[in-house]
This record gives sequence, C-alpha cells and structure tokens, in this order.
Amino acid sequence: MIYRFLDGLGRYFLFLGEVFHKPEHWREYSKSFFKEIELLIFSSIGLVAFISVFMGAVLTIQTAINLGDPFVPDSYIAIAVREGIILEFAPTIVSLILAGKVGSNIASTLGTMRVTEQMDALRVMGINPASYLVLPKLFACLIFNPILIVFSMALGLVGGYYAGDLLGLVNTEIYLTGYFDDFDPFFVVYSLTKTFVFAFIIATVSSFFGYNVEGGAVEVGKASTKSVVTMSFSIILFNYILTDLLLQ
Amino acid sequence: MIRVQGLQKSFGEQHVLRGIDVDFHEGQCNLIIGLSGSGKTVFLKSILGLHATDEGSISFDGRILGEMSKKEVKALRQEMGMVFQGSALFNSMTIEDNVRLPLDFFSQMTPEEKAERVRFCLDRVRIAPEAFTKTPAELSGGMQKRVAIARAIVLNPKYLFCDEPNSGLDPETAIVIDQLIHEITHEFGMTTVINTHDMNSVLEIGDHVVLLEKGKKAWEGTMDQVLQSDDSAVVDYVFRSNLFKKVRAALKNV
Repeated sequence: MIYRFLDGLGRYFLFLGEVFHKPEHWREYSKSFFKEIELLIFSSIGLVAFISVFMGAVLTIQTAINLGDPFVPDSYIAIAVREGIILEFAPTIVSLILAGKVGSNIASTLGTMRVTEQMDALRVMGINPASYLVLPKLFACLIFNPILIVFSMALGLVGGYYAGDLLGLVNTEIYLTGYFDDFDPFFVVYSLTKTFVFAFIIATVSSFFGYNVEGGAVEVGKASTKSVVTMSFSIILFNYILTDLLLQ
Repeated sequence: MIRVQGLQKSFGEQHVLRGIDVDFHEGQCNLIIGLSGSGKTVFLKSILGLHATDEGSISFDGRILGEMSKKEVKALRQEMGMVFQGSALFNSMTIEDNVRLPLDFFSQMTPEEKAERVRFCLDRVRIAPEAFTKTPAELSGGMQKRVAIARAIVLNPKYLFCDEPNSGLDPETAIVIDQLIHEITHEFGMTTVINTHDMNSVLEIGDHVVLLEKGKKAWEGTMDQVLQSDDSAVVDYVFRSNLFKKVRAALKNV
C-alpha cells in the first residue's frame, strides 16, 4: 500500500512536470483558458450560490437556537455565523463540492480523450497534451475559484441574515452589526490561501486521474470516482495542515 | 522513405514486436495486415514515437528517430499526419476548428490563409460547407473519418499514418475512404502507412503489403502478389474466407 502510494505520488509529480512544460503557443492556450472558465467556473455559479445561501441560513438557525439566551446579544450569533462561513464553510465545503462537480468533469473529460485517442492525436501533431489540456484548467481554477469562494462568503452571510429575519430568530439591526464587529481581515486571507491550494488540488489531481486512464468507458468512470475520493482526502488533509500553519 | 530496422517492443513479459525490418516508400500506400494481436497497432504507434521501442531503429528519410533532439522530433511531427481508428476528433470543437488546430499551432499563415487551407482540405475530402460548423458528434462515421483525413493532411505532411481507417464503416463508405487515401497519397507524394484488417483495402490500394504474424514480418509484397502467393502465412490469413478461396482458384485457373 505504501509502495502504491509512493508510486502514485511520484507519477503525479512527473505529470506536473509535463503540465508545466513551456506552452507551444500562448494564444491557443489563452483561447482554451476562456473556454475552461465558462465550462468549469461559470457553470458552477448557480450551484455555489444555492449552497451558500442555504448554508448561511442553516448556520444562523442552528447558532440562534444554540445561543438562544436573552443575555447573549444577536450580534454574537452573527459573529459566529460570519466566522463559520469565512473560515470553514465557504472555502472548505464549497471546495469539496467543486471537487465533486468540477473535478469529476475534468477527470471524465480527459479520461474520455485518452481512451478515444484524442491525446495521441495531439501528441502526433507535436502538441504536449498534458500542458495544452491541463494548464488552462489549472489557471481557470486558480484564478476563479477564490472569486467563487468570496462570492460564496457574501451569499452565505446574506442567507444567514435573511433566515434570521424571516424566521424572526434575531433582531436584524443588532445582528447586522455583528457581521462587522471585531472583523479580522486575515481570516479572509487565510480562507483564500486555502482556496488557492484546494483549487490546485482539484485541477491537478482530477487531471492526473483522467490523463492516466487505460482501458475504456468503465475505467473512465472509475478514474472519475477515484479522483473525487483522492481530492476529498487531500482537501481535508491540507485544510488541517494549513489551519495549523496559518492560524496557530 | 521510412526505414524500420530490427524493431522490438515488449510490455513486461509480453513480446509484442520481435524484430521487424521493413521499408515504406514514398508515394505508396503501404498496408500492414495481420490478425488481431499480431502487433499492428503497437508497430504503427512505435513508428509514430508514441511507444518507446526496446531495440531497433526507425528513420524518416535518413533521420533516425531515436537520435533526434526533442526539437527535431517536434519538427518531424509536423511532417506527419495521422488518422486514428475512431477518428479522434475533438468533440468540443467544430469541424473547421478541428482541421485548423494544427495550423493554429504550427503555421505562420494569416487567419484568411488558414481559413482557405481548411476549406481546401475539407473540400478535398468532399465535406460540404454546411458541415463545417457542426461538431463531430453531428456527423456520420464516414464523414468523421474524412474530417480526420482533412486534419491529417492540413499541414501538407510527408508521412501519413492510418490505423484501420475503414473499420466500422459500410462497404461503400469504406471504399470511398480507401480511394481517398490512395488519391491523396499519390497526389501529394506522401509515404502512407495503413493498418488494416480489410482485404478489400489490400486489393484496392495495397501498393506494398506487409503481413505481421506474432510480432514478426511474415511476408511482404504487392496487392497482385498477395493473390498469387503460395506462402503459408498469406494463405492462412488471406484465404480463410470462401470468397477469397474462390477468387484465388479463379485466378489460378486463368
């Protein structure tokens, strides 16, 4: 098992070496980059928005119920919701969801390209398939996942506010002040740092599994599942490591 | 000319190619035939440099593949065109974009010149302009193969490789594809290497036929020699079907 892990890790780094090979033609890569933004990022906005609003709402309800004491001001509920969303829910949970949606898309797309010989076609043309197919996806994720996460944070806070208001759980004026009380901007930096690392994991791990598919349609499905499992483990592990490094 | 000398390739304990020597000449359709598992695809992919070989050499007009720098190999790749068994067109691109991709990467043409070249190649393989903006999924298998040929010749290659170009096609379309490859080979003076199972292809366009058996060259000759040959490998492979037995008998009687 250790041998298999080390072998896989070694092949992953060799794959990264191929990915970061100097691009043959920047213009073609940039065209591909804009396509990937549309395919991987814009198509995820609706899902991220939906999850974020309800995540914020649930967090407010749970916190309000748990802190349901007349001596605890509603601003404390808002602070708890804010920290929960910014520190953990937006970067980690949304990244896990993106790992499922975007990651499986990347793995199955590249896997299908592998088994239908499209990658061989690129190689015969003299185009490095790893670099041409993966680099635009990686840059799209690295640049736009943090933007999606900021968007998720904002919608989570909005969802929390409206849930508290509509259900009559909080005094909205006091609650709103809580969003701005003792705000530490470093928490956003921490959160975005995590997102950046998670985006790298999502783009490269899923690409690695898709790129190395051997066989047919069944193997493409297996690779997609394996990639989501590996990404989820990696995100949880790096979440712990980065939290330990950045917040201690 | 492509010269293959002593080519060997194994995957683990499995010896797929066991020392093949063959020359493929310019302006000819060179057909590689053999049973499934005889090593045809590995042989073709080894010539293309998609598989690293264990032993032997492959040279393209005197340039030995294994001795070339990465830059030289990249330049050589621009002299190659390949038609894959499943066409290997990029599903996310239109037909036009598929054919233009090699030009976008490797030519210094203006956008107008590229469009003109794409139109010429698609027209050469008889794809109607209405299909240019369609995606591969919207085309029939035969049309996809023709687009794959257009993409393979767009950079005006010296070497054309085809892996079972008419597999999965009806007999009429298969003949159209064979004739197209034959015409293009002679028109542009290319060295064409084709993997095939199809005996019709052998008899239609086989300027030079190589029979592989268990990773070795079992026989080589022309399409006329195939029909006359008494070689046991040829007899076993070609004259298994009753139809070809009758053709052979008829030819012997003439």
